[in-house]
Amino acid sequence: MTETIQLIKSLADKHGRKRDALMPIMQAVVESESYLSDIAMTEIAKELDIATAEVYGTATFYSFLDTVPRGKYVIRVCKTITCDMHGKKRIVETIEKLLKIKLGETTQDKKFSLLYTNCIGWCHQGPAILINTTPYGDLDEEKITEIIMEYMRK
Amino acid sequence: MDKLKRVDIIFGAYTAEKYKVLEATMKKSSEEIIEEMIESGLKGRGGAGFLTGLKWKFTAGEADPERYVVCNADEGEPGTFKDREILTTVPRKVFSGMAICAKAIGAKKGFMYLRGEYRYLLPDLHKELDIFNEHLKRFGLDFDVEIRMGSGAYICGEESALFESIEGKRGEPRNKPPYPTVAGVFSKPTVINNVETFVNAMMIMKYGAHEFKKLGTDDSRGSKLFSVSGDTPKPGIYELELGMTVEDFVNEFGDGDTKAVQVGGAAGFCVPRKKFKDTIIGFEGVPTGGSMMIFNSSRSMYNVLHNYIDFFEEESCGQCTPCRVGCQQLMKGIEAVKRGEKQSGYLKQLLNLSDTMKITSKCGLGQSVANSFSSIVENFKEEMIY
Repeated sequence: MTETIQLIKSLADKHGRKRDALMPIMQAVVESESYLSDIAMTEIAKELDIATAEVYGTATFYSFLDTVPRGKYVIRVCKTITCDMHGKKRIVETIEKLLKIKLGETTQDKKFSLLYTNCIGWCHQGPAILINTTPYGDLDEEKITEIIMEYMRK
Repeated sequence: MDKLKRVDIIFGAYTAEKYKVLEATMKKSSEEIIEEMIESGLKGRGGAGFLTGLKWKFTAGEADPERYVVCNADEGEPGTFKDREILTTVPRKVFSGMAICAKAIGAKKGFMYLRGEYRYLLPDLHKELDIFNEHLKRFGLDFDVEIRMGSGAYICGEESALFESIEGKRGEPRNKPPYPTVAGVFSKPTVINNVETFVNAMMIMKYGAHEFKKLGTDDSRGSKLFSVSGDTPKPGIYELELGMTVEDFVNEFGDGDTKAVQVGGAAGFCVPRKKFKDTIIGFEGVPTGGSMMIFNSSRSMYNVLHNYIDFFEEESCGQCTPCRVGCQQLMKGIEAVKRGEKQSGYLKQLLNLSDTMKITSKCGLGQSVANSFSSIVENFKEEMIY
């Protein structure tokens, strides 16, 4: 808890305490803690001198600003049309089997979360996914298995 | 490739000396730059197609001296990925275009709003920004560019929603007017252009409006980047002259069994085979921000439409009722017709609903759902029912 408070203080020092610092601060918190906890959102509100509801309202608007705990590695599988046509479902099933979780869930060791996302801009190489910020395209069962195994070893 | 003229302007090599075109442009006056931009006939490359030169002129003419340049790099339209490629291979040209605009309108601050999905590009963009800043100092131009990230919201590609997001708020579109040229980011006069538009602006400064105008047609000047995906043997990014027909396009990029082409992404239009010949890709026919998705006869157009509506339903900001509820009802409606719970005549009612959304939605998202909805339902009615 004190770590979160420290982090937010230093982020507010870096980005400033005006309203337009809200997005960069929230993005940085998600990058380091995987999600925005109630404590984090309350603390951000305090630093920026705005209502906690404003922070929560803004956070929940954006699909990448999670307000529930996520794994260290968030896998987002693109579900938009060309990735859908080129077999996103097989990719999801393969990951589900490997990690023993269902879509929308997080592994018990808090290492992986598996989610759907809308178009990520790799339509010419579908099916494509993001693992945190890294994109992977032209996937098939074999390739995705290799990638996930590599992350499992990390 | 005889009918399609391939060009290589946007991804062409950098000048040997860094920021050479920008340096030369710094010697021009604001009026000269704007005049050349208007003369070129360049229309915005994000999809809406407003005349870029006019946008710059309006902003330059505002009384408030605090102005902004914003680069819209929130490329979220399904089937579009050309801005990512530009930012990967020629970011220098984008920053040059932004600085040219800053000089033209007298802005001291610029923002690039980069979609969260492209976060991995950030380190390289910052490296280029460092070089850019050094050169600006040399030219004596007081202009600073800051990169702000999106966080996975398609609607933030809508210009006023993008401003809200930069300001740290929910990405909910504003009422228009006032337009960005009067009250954009932080309610100050703002030029907001697509990534590709800024590159084009830089190219116009390099080659002159006269050369730029030689490409394309009267209504659609210049070349355009196309993002090609779907059922095609050669998906990727291609720079082509505007004004070709869908048939020309399909002959080049189709797999021999093309049933339909979605021009302009989920927010664009679906062109069926029988209309390939008579449909021009450009502002005189079907406009596109570059998204070209090809479907062959193995694809169910019901599934395609279902996927689009699912996308819009999730990405609708929820602020206005026609869009928020309309998307949900369109989804329920086509599912009910498919299951046989509703007669096929119900599709007519759904078409009326999409028309209502077009007239009554607050922003382009809700207004353009009808584009793909009606062009798919009307051209592929059997597939919606059986």
